[in-house]
Amino acid sequence: MLHYALKRLVSLAISLLVASLVIFVVVEVAPGDPASFMLGINAQPDTVAALRTELGLDQSKFDRYRSWVGGMLTGDFGTSYTYRTPVSQMIADRLWVSLPLALYALTLSTLIAFPAGIFAAARRGGIGDLGVTGATQLGVAIPNFWFAMMLVLIFAINLRWFSAGGFPGWDRGVWTGMKALTLPAIALALPQAAILTRVMRSSLLDILGEDFIRTARAKGLSSRQALWRHGLRNALIPVLTIIGLQFAFLLAGAIIIEQVFFLPGLGRLIFQAITQRDLIVVESVVMLLVFAVIVVNFVVDLAYAAVDPRLRART
Amino acid sequence: MSLLDIRNLSLSIHGKPILKDISVSIRQGEITALTGESGSGKSMTAFATIGLLPRGSVTTGEILFDGSNLLTRSESDLCDLRGRDISMVFQEPMTALNPVQTIGAQVMETILIHGAMTSSDAKARTRDVLDRVGLPPDRFPLTRYPHELSGGQRQRVVIAMAIALRPRLLIADEPTTALDVTTQAQILDLLKGLVSEQNMALMMITHDLAVVSDMADTLNVMRAGEIVEHGATFDVLRDMRHPYTRQLFDASRHQAKLSTAKAETPLLSVENVSRDYALPRTSLFGSRPMFRAVNRVSFDIKRGERVGLVGESGCGKSTLTRAILGLEPIQEGQITLDGDPVWQDGHPNLAVRRKMQVVFQDPYGSFNPRHRVSRLITEPFHLLTDPPKGADKDAAIADALTAVGLNPADADKHIHAFSGGQRQRIAIARALIIRPDLIVFDEAVSALDVRVRAQILDLMADLSRDYGLTYLFISHDLSVVRSITDRVLVMRAGEIVEDRPTPAVFEAPEHPYTRTLIDAAPQLPAFPETQDAARPAF
Repeated sequence: MLHYALKRLVSLAISLLVASLVIFVVVEVAPGDPASFMLGINAQPDTVAALRTELGLDQSKFDRYRSWVGGMLTGDFGTSYTYRTPVSQMIADRLWVSLPLALYALTLSTLIAFPAGIFAAARRGGIGDLGVTGATQLGVAIPNFWFAMMLVLIFAINLRWFSAGGFPGWDRGVWTGMKALTLPAIALALPQAAILTRVMRSSLLDILGEDFIRTARAKGLSSRQALWRHGLRNALIPVLTIIGLQFAFLLAGAIIIEQVFFLPGLGRLIFQAITQRDLIVVESVVMLLVFAVIVVNFVVDLAYAAVDPRLRART
Repeated sequence: MSLLDIRNLSLSIHGKPILKDISVSIRQGEITALTGESGSGKSMTAFATIGLLPRGSVTTGEILFDGSNLLTRSESDLCDLRGRDISMVFQEPMTALNPVQTIGAQVMETILIHGAMTSSDAKARTRDVLDRVGLPPDRFPLTRYPHELSGGQRQRVVIAMAIALRPRLLIADEPTTALDVTTQAQILDLLKGLVSEQNMALMMITHDLAVVSDMADTLNVMRAGEIVEHGATFDVLRDMRHPYTRQLFDASRHQAKLSTAKAETPLLSVENVSRDYALPRTSLFGSRPMFRAVNRVSFDIKRGERVGLVGESGCGKSTLTRAILGLEPIQEGQITLDGDPVWQDGHPNLAVRRKMQVVFQDPYGSFNPRHRVSRLITEPFHLLTDPPKGADKDAAIADALTAVGLNPADADKHIHAFSGGQRQRIAIARALIIRPDLIVFDEAVSALDVRVRAQILDLMADLSRDYGLTYLFISHDLSVVRSITDRVLVMRAGEIVEDRPTPAVFEAPEHPYTRTLIDAAPQLPAFPETQDAARPAF
């Protein structure tokens, strides 16, 4: 198991290195001058030259890459050109919204999907299964911004249970923060839950058709006992994969929902940085997201091994 | 009184009749066999008995266990009964165990689910039964996972689960079909021992009459959902009152009439061939350890010769086959066909490849279901530099189909229109169509029912006579190899341990391993009055 984890860790480090190289090459080395791109076509030559010096574009490519990576390792992500504040501070502020929101949404979607998927699989072809499958169709089909607006209309405007948007910050208490994130989390969780339910259901149905389920039944387990004791753990592998992908998506893919609810999250940050051509911010946020995806995959890999002894053995 | 008494059982699934008026009875301590070809309903009879029929099943009749009708018992009653009074062992040991639970936990579950004892007693009992089925504690602690065991060992675990609570009835559905002959003999012995020790009743389901004749006290021959003949095993096999029983019996020991081969010029030459596989790394930066699957193997096949290659699973016969076909590179030695190497400069040699064709085991998985037969069997044409076109192509298709006993009009059909045996004929037509010098039959009749198998073997003998075929016939089944080859290679652990003419190998095996294989294979009894009795059953 330790060997397996070490091996994954090495592959994690290599992936990060390759990703940082690719991002650096695409943003900084690719044809075109980052400084004149950031300032637009009407910029004065001396302004461009000043920015070039600030960005360190006069140094060699290797030195620039080294100082970029070295900076990130020490927590220095550079300074935003647009806002003139350290990028690390901007990201940290946004992460305090995006990370809890992603975890909140993921928890909700898992809490919905597991019972719904298991319920449907246990009643394959029955009314319950049809109901769940139909609901997941709907969940995948409804655009989440529309669903978000409906949530605002019902729970914020009519019932006044939640505020319609904005984020008051965590200083006003965990509960207030959570409350502000609840409607966005539900809006984000719905389509994810629909997808995850389907994966859970089909994965479990595959497993329930396996020979060892029949063996379990022949031992005297009821079909429900066989499902819980022998089906569920075996069905988890594809489900874990999807959960890993969803987390990565939720972290940065919430742009629309963040817009609908006026949340200062990572998605909005990257959107603004791109429109303002603030390459320093773009580069750092993209690297951060890549880091998140790779770390989540690492955790998912460890979870696989915890679930399946064959992976531990294969090392 | 019988322990199990199935009376007039009929079963239909989604309206389709599966069993018709089945009656079987088994006494305590008795072994009863259900035999017949695939689709005859033997497994469904077992599933009906243990109450695990698929959805949409409708049953009539009675299944009396200890006098009470199982068909009218509630599901929770049946759950109590399963595993405690009636247990079942299945065909496929590789998939019958949960891969993420230890073998100890899985055997113990049978005991705990019935609340039969405390968990420490259950653990002791688990250890006992694992010992009993031949899995001693030093090599097989309870913490082992199924993937760490071989097929035969897994089947022992499945048997341990089934007998942990000493059931009165054990149902074994083809328990040794997926196993090698030597393992099969051990498992059959184990089952026989358990029956006599625990005075258990055993319902044994098998397609193999040789296994039946060795094991069962009584025999039920099934065909298309009906029992056509039943009685004491010896009487049924001696009298064979029903023609179907005789057909099965004759097909089981069918000897194809092989014409004498005129084999002089060498065709295939395998010299000192070794094949290594890289295993997963054991340390992070170390080199990968190697596993030698084939170790310095040498043999020749002459033109017109029919050679068998036998060995148990994992002996390297499939690896050797792939190397001969030029599908994989070899690490040592040389394989040549007609003097040309099959693998040259890091690539398979196409000039040689078009002289070889292969027929695989699975008649269902080896065809693209979207293509018509004409396209399927002309696939080897792409190996030719100048493939026949138009009328020539149609003639080639018609010839190939006629040669394997099909109708040229079948060329326009899709593969789903054909039975398993017909599909194997099509596979042979596909191999024949470019008139290869060498055909490799890789377990080509192993998946077929005995009567179909006999027909395919006859077809091979006919083709061998008409076309002067040279083939390499790979099989784990010695009886089949005996009837269809001139010479046998016996392979064990990557090496060829015996290479002699077929009759010599079977009548006087030289290598002890060959003898073990021949002794382990179950044999049909030879009754003097039956025809062909002069030939031994193999």
